[in-house]
Amino acid sequence: MILDGKCPTGPIEKSWDNHCFNMKLVNPANKRKFKVIMVGTGLAGGAGAATLGELGYNVEAYCYQDSSRRAHSIAAQGGINAAKNYHNDGDSVFRLFYDTIKGGDFRAREADVWRLAQVSNNIIDQCVAQGVPFAREYSGLLANRSFGGAQVSRTFYARGQTGQQLLLGAYQALARQVKAGTVKLKPRTEMLDLVVVDGVAKGITYRDLTTGEIKSSWADAVVLATGGYVNVFYLSTNAMGCSVTAAWKATKKGAFMANPCYTQIHPTCIPQSGEHQSKLTLMSESLRNDGRCWVPKRKEDCEKAPGDIPEDDRDYYLERKYPSFGNLAPRDIASRAAKEVCDEGRGVGPGKRGVYLDYQSAIERVGEDTIRERYGNLFDMYEKITDENAYKQPMRIYPAPHYSMGGLWVDYNCMTNVPGLFAIGEANFSVHGANRLGASALMQGLADGYFAIPNTISNYLAGVKPGEVTDEHPEFAKSREDVQARIDKILNVKGKRSVSSFHRELGKIMWENVGMARSKESLTKALEAIPALREEFWQNVNVTGDSSGRNGQLEDAGRIADFLEFAEVMTTDALHREESCGGHFRTEHQTEDGEAMRDDENFTYVAAWEYKGEGKAPELHKEPLKFENVKLAVRSYK
Amino acid sequence: MQMLQNSVGRKLVMAVTGLFLFLFVVVHLLGNSSVFMGADGINSYAEHLHALGPVVWIFRLVLLGLFALHIFFGIQLTLENRAAREIEYNEKKNLRTSFGARTMIYTGLIILAFLLYHLLHFTMHVTNPEISVGALAPDALGRADVFTMMVLSFQKFFISLVYVGAMVTLLLHLSHGVQSLFQTLGWLGANSLPVMEKVGRAAAVVIFAGFISIPVSILLGLINV
Amino acid sequence: MNLTLYVWRQNGPEDKGKLEQYEAKNVSPDSSFLEMLDEVNEELIEKGTDPIEFDNDCREGICGTCGCVVNGQPHGPQEQTTACQLHMRQFSDGDTLTLEPWRASAFPIIKDLAVDRSAMDNIIESGGYTSAYTGEVGEANQTLISKPDADYAMDAAECIGCGACVAACPNGSAMLFTSAKVAQLATLPQGKIEAAERVNGMTEAMLNAGFGNCSNHYECEASCPKGVSVKFIAKLNREYLKALPK
Repeated sequence: MILDGKCPTGPIEKSWDNHCFNMKLVNPANKRKFKVIMVGTGLAGGAGAATLGELGYNVEAYCYQDSSRRAHSIAAQGGINAAKNYHNDGDSVFRLFYDTIKGGDFRAREADVWRLAQVSNNIIDQCVAQGVPFAREYSGLLANRSFGGAQVSRTFYARGQTGQQLLLGAYQALARQVKAGTVKLKPRTEMLDLVVVDGVAKGITYRDLTTGEIKSSWADAVVLATGGYVNVFYLSTNAMGCSVTAAWKATKKGAFMANPCYTQIHPTCIPQSGEHQSKLTLMSESLRNDGRCWVPKRKEDCEKAPGDIPEDDRDYYLERKYPSFGNLAPRDIASRAAKEVCDEGRGVGPGKRGVYLDYQSAIERVGEDTIRERYGNLFDMYEKITDENAYKQPMRIYPAPHYSMGGLWVDYNCMTNVPGLFAIGEANFSVHGANRLGASALMQGLADGYFAIPNTISNYLAGVKPGEVTDEHPEFAKSREDVQARIDKILNVKGKRSVSSFHRELGKIMWENVGMARSKESLTKALEAIPALREEFWQNVNVTGDSSGRNGQLEDAGRIADFLEFAEVMTTDALHREESCGGHFRTEHQTEDGEAMRDDENFTYVAAWEYKGEGKAPELHKEPLKFENVKLAVRSYK
Repeated sequence: MQMLQNSVGRKLVMAVTGLFLFLFVVVHLLGNSSVFMGADGINSYAEHLHALGPVVWIFRLVLLGLFALHIFFGIQLTLENRAAREIEYNEKKNLRTSFGARTMIYTGLIILAFLLYHLLHFTMHVTNPEISVGALAPDALGRADVFTMMVLSFQKFFISLVYVGAMVTLLLHLSHGVQSLFQTLGWLGANSLPVMEKVGRAAAVVIFAGFISIPVSILLGLINV
Repeated sequence: MNLTLYVWRQNGPEDKGKLEQYEAKNVSPDSSFLEMLDEVNEELIEKGTDPIEFDNDCREGICGTCGCVVNGQPHGPQEQTTACQLHMRQFSDGDTLTLEPWRASAFPIIKDLAVDRSAMDNIIESGGYTSAYTGEVGEANQTLISKPDADYAMDAAECIGCGACVAACPNGSAMLFTSAKVAQLATLPQGKIEAAERVNGMTEAMLNAGFGNCSNHYECEASCPKGVSVKFIAKLNREYLKALPK
């Protein structure tokens, strides 16, 4: 099937405005009759639920965390982009649009990216109005900084906690709606099924994580804002509870999973220290503004203390390979470069999987106090984790899975191929193409939540009779039975291996074979290993306790079971995409000097996968990508 | 009236009444210090106070009101604070707070008990009527001989002990109370808070030293009839 | 390193609960406190015992989900550090650790070390926001905010809502949490307009949720993993005074 993204036609500059005008509206008096379910309360979900509540819809917002203030958007450190051009450095909506398309290696939809760039300015206005304490200049004006992958200063930030402050802004807007009675919060719940009636999404089934009860809730529209899936690698920068579960349940009910092989490996994470490790910690990419990446030129020097390696024996590999972007090269490029030098045996630290990020010259240039002001909290965090003082010796960093550009396939209206089911934020695939630029995830979450979904959902709801299907419908009872049956199945295995041991093993398979560099050989190997591990899981997993009341093991087991199915689709996608683009690097497809080689002739499309059941190959649907405003070009940062 | 149901509102009542009670204590100490000027000093001070007539009663009623508010809300807030942690920790380390801060309710109640005794003793002459001004001859100028009453009282070791003990509790109460009231009134910032903590403790010590200097001086025979 | 743990086990809110003894063996000093608990749990699962339930999510010290009282201190002995960022090198071989949940009547225990902190959400819902509708709210740079004001607001906004302040406070008061939001928004021009309603609403909600009253012990500041200062409590008190005539 050829998919249609339903993008507006006409000049791109007017596309969103025209689309807004052309969409159908819901009468204000009727809005409260419509019930909307929002799953996830991160930047996209929190902002979306708050705004839908403001508009007068009857909203229920679900999250697995104990409060809607805790979603993992909170951990974003560096900042949020906007095309304000406050610094008169040549920025514009078009440039942000262009940079995002190019940064995504020409695998994103133009119209979606334009909308993102256009509303980026409104986001900053909105957040300031909410009392988000962005950094300021002495003049009282908003401060900006530059960020990886961009040559203009367009990133707004709140110390090293921009995600936290933006999320709290959305959370507070949501709290206001809770008080107003338009939004009902359902914390500590996990969506475990999408209820589809006659091909239309009509509600969800969820588990109350405190009491263990399985309940259903109907709605006229369901919005998934459930984040990304890079916890499939086990060790990632995601929170422990992040999973593909909600999106995967939707996939099993017919929604397509688009470009799942596009995963972002973030270059500046703290290297793994041992087997005990449960997650990897990201250090903001803003560190690369002043830090210089290097490794020893000679393998023999790797064991030496960094201070003992003279300047001439150091290889500042990013500055050498990409002189114009240097240490600010985009994430995919910086990550791969780090992997290459480590593969050459020139890595540093335990296991020789690490590179230095050195502040010495920055400290000499601007002084330790300035560096402390800019990155103090990051340096402190680094010291807590590694017991090393980065003011005195270079940090060690290594790439780690961080973000998923792929996700549920959606059209321009953020609606999946299942009518009534929407996906926003990281959960959808639409704007980042094959690689996401720094400071644009926050932008996308808020763009989708504050500005896209409130407009596009009315276009859908205007054609729906409110409350037509409620949880009296037999599909809901069936959904609850299915969910309970799967839980019972997990509990009844009563095997020998712990849930986390399966997650660790899956992570290893994925990281080694479907990680930063993929080949036909490694992907085929993964496609053999994943089903085998899945089989073992259903034979040998050991989940203690029962399904009544809180049971963290049971929650995790359900999530791992879904990862074990999803991983296969992800690998299949990576195997089918015979090109290298952005975060997807196929070793067979590279230039002589090791740069990614795209195949625009054959792969300028979105790969949307339809799940066909366990053990069956997923079916590929394509949405061709057209580039009318940006010329397809080799992405060079040299 | 909403203020008297609000958490911060009632704390403000505690702070304002506390501030005035503190000022009263300071004035009381200054007045009492006239004992160091001998019989003439304190007897004329007492004479002046009594000459104020109805003003004394207004002053006493205001003081009673301050005490009543301070005690009522002190007890009410403490009961609420207890209810806010029904189950105690098996192990709890405190990093910043002081013994004085954690015992405010006890020191407060002990001071109340002392106050009642103090009134029965020196104002109403119930506890030791034999050495009260009513039983003693007036001084040379025909004034009530407060000086002799004080000296004879504090020469009794047990009475001095009660007074010194009470002043220890006042010391503890003020060592937290003074800085706390300034914080509650919102007058402190990041820099002034640690200074005020020291000032508050110093003030408490000065007041403690000032008050106990009287019974101690009498016991040591430095002041004599 | 090897450690002895005494962990509060309580199977649901109605259960009485008690401290149970466990051994943590071969703990790497580089592992985090929660990773140490993960390993203890793995062993418990192997033995068929229910693992220790504790809330956690980001494990980067920012989401505010984790936290228990370790040897009498919320989030453990290291200053300005959440339990997930606490590393085992802070302890020594042979140490005994007592792990208890946040104890406050406003935080009912769900299971073991996990407590229900929705009372803190109630406080925010009672005014911890600006009433800005999504839409045309004016150009961001139209209202200037001085750098000191912006920094002051950011200092307050650092709060992660973990509840350590309540757990540490001898009165179980949520004053530091409440004051941080009041101070942040009252300092910024966007939040000044509703400052009076906010401080009244939030302090009222604090009491109704069953939190105690602040009596300036400053234990909250000492155990706050983000170093939120009690100067914001003074600021709240000022805001309350300002709101009195209204």
